[in-house]
Order: sequence, then structure tokens, then C-alpha cells
Amino acid sequence: MAEIVKKATRDGYGQALCDLAEVKSDFVVLDADLAAATKTGMFKKAHPDRFVDCGIAEGNMMSVAAGLAASGLTVFASSFAMFAAGRAFEQVRNSIGYPHLNVKIGATHAGLSVGEDGATHQCNEDIALMRSIPGMTIINPADAVEAKKAVFAAAQADGPFYLRFGRLAVPVVFDDDYPFEIGKGVELVEGTDVTIIATGLMVNEALIAAENLKAEGVSARVINMATIKPIDKEIIVKAASETGAIVTAEEHSVIGGLGSAVAEVLVESTPVPMVRVGVQDAFGKSGPALKVLEMYGLTAANIAAKAKEVIARK
Amino acid sequence: MNAMTKKQLSIIATKLRMLIVEGTHAAKCGHPGGSLSSADLLAYLYNVEMNVDPANPRDPNRDRFVLSKGHAAPVLYAALAEKGFFPKEEIWHLRHLGAMLQGHPDMNGVPGVDMSTGSLGQGVSAAAGMALAAKMTGKDYRVYALLGDGEIEEGQVWEAAMFAAAKKLDNLVIVVDNNNLQIDGTIEEVNSPYPIPEKFAAFGCNTIVIDGHDFDQIEAALNNAKETKGKPTAIVMTTTKGKGVSFMENAVGWHGVAPNDEQYEVAMAELNALLAEQQKEV
Repeated sequence: MAEIVKKATRDGYGQALCDLAEVKSDFVVLDADLAAATKTGMFKKAHPDRFVDCGIAEGNMMSVAAGLAASGLTVFASSFAMFAAGRAFEQVRNSIGYPHLNVKIGATHAGLSVGEDGATHQCNEDIALMRSIPGMTIINPADAVEAKKAVFAAAQADGPFYLRFGRLAVPVVFDDDYPFEIGKGVELVEGTDVTIIATGLMVNEALIAAENLKAEGVSARVINMATIKPIDKEIIVKAASETGAIVTAEEHSVIGGLGSAVAEVLVESTPVPMVRVGVQDAFGKSGPALKVLEMYGLTAANIAAKAKEVIARK
Repeated sequence: MNAMTKKQLSIIATKLRMLIVEGTHAAKCGHPGGSLSSADLLAYLYNVEMNVDPANPRDPNRDRFVLSKGHAAPVLYAALAEKGFFPKEEIWHLRHLGAMLQGHPDMNGVPGVDMSTGSLGQGVSAAAGMALAAKMTGKDYRVYALLGDGEIEEGQVWEAAMFAAAKKLDNLVIVVDNNNLQIDGTIEEVNSPYPIPEKFAAFGCNTIVIDGHDFDQIEAALNNAKETKGKPTAIVMTTTKGKGVSFMENAVGWHGVAPNDEQYEVAMAELNALLAEQQKEV
């Protein structure tokens, strides 16, 4: 196996904005005093005339973004997930979502992998919040390569996007040929006994889980579900029909996130045994990111254990 | 402004007030009080001040108006209909299921509406974004935002004022409709934002206080705003809530209640009498 390269998806985001500027001129980037952390600082340095620091006022930033978009510009508006989706929820809903404006929210530091900052900054509810807004597209890239592809796709698409990025450097699992498409899940590993549908940094854990399960004689399919809304129903139904059991894996609350989205598809079409790996209706804790993820069961080992459980329920 | 223009504006303002009464009566709900208080400002903005064209409502170079106090939608709809953005008959279907005119402004559904608003405090930020867009794209259009005096209890208004001043948005005019009343009582009773001009000045705005029912003062303030460089202008206009309908004037209860059939007849009779008088002078 080749040497594992690690890179945070937020780095992929910052680099993607800079690369996007080479091919697209009618977009601007906003941040709320977190440019160094969200990595929009890379864009700020390269294109200061197209970057606006809105200061620590996320509600105002989202409505300003709406005004810029209503004037014909595409806007990337960045903050931590907690503040972009949480604090500014109503501005996103009413100023951006309702008028269906071209604001692409670049939310970094999502989930438990924020690590040491702890529960106030570990946002495990953002996908649930954003899913509830009509017309909002949600993309949660698995690595820096997919992050870049998501930024480019969002920039070309119409309407509001929620792009979810992480702070932690995670393995780069895709190469540049990876076929990213909005609204499409991608089967990464073939399998017949169970399907693991993962998003974000849990995709790599799912790949490891599938490998370990294979050694035990269990054939696990792995699907990367980067787009959480609109969810790819077709690939879910196919997986349920062909493997008969589903495990979802996400760095987010099991309430309202990927697990909920998949469950909603299954109960209305192809009910099969299912387990949701994710944050079990709890707040996070301070600690090194990998230790925190382990404490909450966001690991390959837990995915594999849950896969065996769900197969037993078939 | 010559005397004739002023008289014509008075006539337009009365017509807007009639449309407000007709619309809220037809809807059997809505917000007449704060619509009537700002009718004179909108008459001036849409007929003298702003560069807008009903034939080209999405012209990228047009001036923009954001009704941050989105519940005063009836006055905006009246001004747009009077200007010719859409037929006045639409007003009679205000708030009806399937009608074009929603309870609060929808930029995608109504020609001439520049921003969807209704959740207080957000429109002024969007207006700042539009003003910033002009600066970033080298356009010279101007942006006007109308806020309620109760609305400025929202913290986001002050985030927006801070932002507009920090970014030197001298193409932005924030107007506060200071009619002194909000839903639960006078603004002092509820959660006083007074003194208002001092607050906007402290946030870095060029601040002007006027009588919001005096066209000369409206004109002077808006011209002052144009001449002011390097900072946004905040105009605090003193107004009478319910202006033009005797029983609605200065009455807290007329914030979000529509006139019944009897009240409608009285209100329209008063406004018709005023209109006849104004037309005699022209």
C-alpha cells in the first residue's frame, strides 16, 4: 500500500478557492474573523480585492452574502460549522434559502474532530439544520481532493450550498480522477453481505472496516455519500436490495444527518436492517481529535462490529 | 423640488395609502399602520429619487430598495403598482392563496422587489451586501433600506451599521421609520432603542433627523446622503403610525390588524376626500 498522505478538507477548500479564481471571476469570499482557520486566508492573500472580512458577526455576514448574491455575484461565506449553520441558521433560511440565492456556505471545523476546543465548537447538528431548508444542497467531502471538486461543482451550480469541511488532517483517499458528481453516491468497494454508507472522514474508516471484515469472510460494500441533500436514493435502494443490510457512518449526530436521510429512503422503499454509526445524541468533549472520535465510536472497529450486528438481524 | 412636484407627490402618497387600505381590507389581515407611516417616503423614493424602470426590473445598474421592515409590504406593493411594475388589481388579492403578493416581499415572485424580507434585521444587512457589490463591481447604483424603529431592537441591525461604516458604504442609505409604536406598545415601553440618531452616529453613520411626512425634508436628507462620502447615511424620520386614516393614527392596535368593512368605508372616504382636495390644487 502506498504511503498515506494526510490533508484536512479545510485545506482543500482554501486551495480550491484559489484555483477557482484562475477560471472564474464573478465570485467573492466572505469570512467572519476566522480566515486563518477556515483557510480562506489563502484566497485573501491571493485576491484581497475579492475577499471581505465581516468580523465576528455571522448573522450579518450571511445576509450580506445574500445581498451580494442578489446583485449577481456568487458568494462563498465561511465560518465554523457551529456558527455558519447554528448561529446564523435563520439568516441562512430566510435571506439565502428562501430567495434561493447563489451563496455557497463553506463551513469548516465540523464535527467532533475539532478536538481540544470541545463541545461548544464541535458541531454535530449542522447537517440536520441545513437539511431542513428547502433547496439547500449539502456536500460533506471525504478528503481534500473531493473538497476541491465540491467547491468547483458548487460554484457552477445554481442556488445555495452547504459545504462541510473538517479541521483534522485526514487520509487522502481519492486521486484526481475520482468521479465526483453532485447528488451521486459512489461505490468504492463491491460487497454482497452488507453496505456501509459513509460520509466525510468516516469514508476512510469505512474502507478500513471493509478490509477487516473481508479478512473475516464478510463482504461489505462501501459507498461514499458526499452529497447528503439531495440524497442519492437509487444507490441506497440498490444497496439495500442487493446486500440486505445497511450501516451508515458519519461524524454528526445520528439525528437528522446521513443516517436519518438513508433511513428515510429505506423505510419508504426497501426496509432492511440498519444501524447508524454517529454521535448518539450527545455533546462532544475536549481531547485530541482521534481520541475523541474513538470515544464516540467513530472508528473502523465500531463500523465493523455494527456491520456484523446488522447482518445478524437479516 | 418645485411646488407642482410636491403636490403631485402628495397625490401619489394618498393613492398609496388608499391601496394599503384596500389591500389589507381585501386580505382581512396585514400591517396597515407601519405601511401608512412610510407612504410619503416611498412615494418620493420611487417617483423622484430612485433610478428604476418598470420595464426592466432586474436592470443590474438600477438603484435598490430593501424593505427591511418586511411586514410593511402593502406600502411597497402600492408603490410598485403605482409605478407600473404590475397591475394594481394584484393588491386586491394580497395574501390570498395562490396570489402573487405574499404577506412579506418575495424577490422571485414580484417584479420590482429587490430582496425577500420579513424576518426583522436581515434586510439592512442584505442592503449593505448590495451596496458592497456595487463597490466591488464598479457600479454606481445606490441602495435604500427602510427599517422600523421596533426593528432596530434586533442586534443584527447594529452588526449591519458597524459593517456598513467599516466598509465605507456611502452608497447605502438606512432609513428608520420612527413612528414610536411596536406590537406590544410604544417603543419606550417595550425595549427603548432611544436615542436613535446618537446610536447610528456612534456606529459611524452620517445621521440626519427629519419629519418623514415632509417632502422637502426627505429630499434634503437624501441629497445630503449623496453628498456624504466615505460613510453610510442613517435617516431617522419621525412619522405618525397609521398616517392618513384618522382612527389608525398613533394607535398601537393598528400594527397588524386589517380594517373591517365599516372601517374600510370610513378610511376610504377620508382618503378620497383628501385626494379630491389635493387634485383641486394641481
